[in-house]
Amino acid sequence: MTAQAIEVTALCVERGDRTVLSGLDFGVPPGQVTGLLGPSGCGKTTLMRSIVGVQRITSGSVAVLGEPAGSLPLRDRVGYVTQAPSVYEDLTATENLTFFARVLDVGRDRITACLDLVGLTSHADQLVGRLSGGQRSRVSLAVALLAEPPVLVLDEPTVGLDPVLRLELWQAFHELAAAGAAVLVSSHVMDEASRCDRLLLMRDGRLIADETPAALLARTGATDVEGAFLQIVGVPAPRRVLS
Amino acid sequence: MSARVTLAVCLRVLTQLRRDRRTLAMLVVLPCALLALLWWMFHGTGFGPGFDALGPPLLALVPFTLMFLVTSVTTLRERTSGTLERLLTMPLGKGDFLLGYALAFGLMAAVQSVLAVVVCVWLLGLTVAGPVWMLLVVAVLDAVLGTALGLFVSAFARTEFQAVQFMPALVIPQILLCGLFIARDAMPAVLHGISEVLPLSWAVDAMQHVAASAATGTAWADLAVVAGWSLVLLVLGAATLRRRSA
Ligand SMILES: Nc1ncnc2c1ncn2[C@@H]1O[C@H](COP(=O)(O)OP(=O)(O)OP(=O)(O)O)[C@@H](O)[C@H]1O
Ligand SMILES: [Mg+2]
Repeated sequence: MTAQAIEVTALCVERGDRTVLSGLDFGVPPGQVTGLLGPSGCGKTTLMRSIVGVQRITSGSVAVLGEPAGSLPLRDRVGYVTQAPSVYEDLTATENLTFFARVLDVGRDRITACLDLVGLTSHADQLVGRLSGGQRSRVSLAVALLAEPPVLVLDEPTVGLDPVLRLELWQAFHELAAAGAAVLVSSHVMDEASRCDRLLLMRDGRLIADETPAALLARTGATDVEGAFLQIVGVPAPRRVLS
Repeated sequence: MSARVTLAVCLRVLTQLRRDRRTLAMLVVLPCALLALLWWMFHGTGFGPGFDALGPPLLALVPFTLMFLVTSVTTLRERTSGTLERLLTMPLGKGDFLLGYALAFGLMAAVQSVLAVVVCVWLLGLTVAGPVWMLLVVAVLDAVLGTALGLFVSAFARTEFQAVQFMPALVIPQILLCGLFIARDAMPAVLHGISEVLPLSWAVDAMQHVAASAATGTAWADLAVVAGWSLVLLVLGAATLRRRSA
C-alpha cells in the first residue's frame, strides 16, 4: 500500500455545542481525485478545515504528507479553496494572484499559467467584484494552484458553473492528480461522483462509504451514486408514481 | 516573520486603498478641511480658546480617529471574507500581517499628516513654538496608534456595523478625557486617573507640548507612551489572530 497524502485518524470535532464530526478514519492517496460527497450540513467544510489546519479539533489526528495538519512545513504544500471565494473584490484577478504569489514566493509565470488554467485570461485585469460568481470562484481556485501544491483541498469548487466549464475543471483536477497531487474535492451534487477516482460518502458527521464509484454501485446494486446513497441511509429509492 | 510577506501585505493594502477613491479622499482631504473649519470658527471672534489652543489637539485627534475607523473596517472585512483564513494556511506570520497593515496605514498617515501640518502652519498660521517636523512625528505616531487599536478591536466585531460601533464606545470617551474640554488635572480625581492611562491623552499632550515649547524632551516622553501603547495593541492584535478557530 502506498503512503497516504492525507491520513485522518479518529477525528472528532465539536462546533458550538454540537458534534459535527464523530470519529472519522480514512486516507486520501496521492495521484487520485477523491470526492467528498454528502448532503448540506453533513460536515464537509468542517472536515476540510481540519485538513488544512484552521479548524480546532476535539480529538483524533490529521496528518498531511506525514506532518501534523496546519504545521509550518505544509504552508506552501497544501492548496485550499474555501467554499465562498476568498479573494479581494477590490483588486483585479491579476492583482489578487500577484499578492498571493508574493506570499507563497512563486514566480510571475505561475500567475499567467494559473489564470489560463481556470480560463480567466481575458478577464485578468477586471476587478474581482465585477466578475460573475463563477468567475470569482475560479479566481479563488487559481490562487490555490499557484504553488503547484502536492495536496489540493477544494471545497465545492464547481458550484454554479456551467457544464462545459465544470468538465474542463474536472479535467484539470485529473491532470493535477496524474502529475502526482492528492486532490480532495467536495460536492453536495451527487452526479459529480462519477468523475472521481475514489469516493468518500458522508452523512451527519460520519463516513458511510469509502470506495471507488464502481465498487459502490456494485455493492449497493444502485444505478447511480444518489441511489446508492439513499440505499445506504435506508431510504428506498423513489419509485415512479406513473409507469 | 519575513520581509517579503510583510511587504506583500503592505503593497496589497496600498493597492486596495488606491482603488477606493472615497476613502483616500477621507484620509487626505478631510483632516485639512476639519482643521480649516476649526480655524474659521474662531476667525475674528476673539472668544473661546482660539485656533492656537485647539489646533494641536485636533491635529492629534483626527489622524487617530480616521485611522482607527479605516483599519478596523478593513481588517474586519479580511476576517469575514475568508481571505484571512486562507492567508493563515499559507506561509504568513501573524506579525507579517499586522506589520504589513501598520506599514501601509502608517505611510498613509504620513501623507495625511504632512498635508494637515502644512495647512495648519503655513495656511492657517498656527503658532508652533517647537520644531514643525516634530508635529509631523507626533501626528504619524498618533495615526499608528489608531491603526493598532483598529486592528485589535476588529477581532471583537462580527460585522462592519459592529466595528463602527466601537467608535463611540472606545474613541469618544478618549476624546472627552484627553484634555480638550478641560485640563486633565482639573478633572475629578477618578477621571484624571483614567485619563492618565488612556493613550489618546498622551498623544494630545505630545502635540500640545510641541506647540507650546521649543524644548522637545516632554513631547518625546509622551510619544514613548504612545509608541508603547501601539506596540501593546499590536501584540494583543496578534494574539487575536488564531490559526485555528472553532
Ligand atoms: N461556525 C460554526 N459554528 C458552529 N457550528 C457550525 C459552524 N459552521 C458550521 N457549523 C455546523 O457544523 C455542521 C457542518 O457544517 P459544514 O459547513 O461542515 O457542512 P457542509 O457539509 O460543508 O455543508 P454544505 O454542503 O452546505 O457546505 C452544520 O450542522 C453546521 O450547523
Ligand atoms: Mg460546506
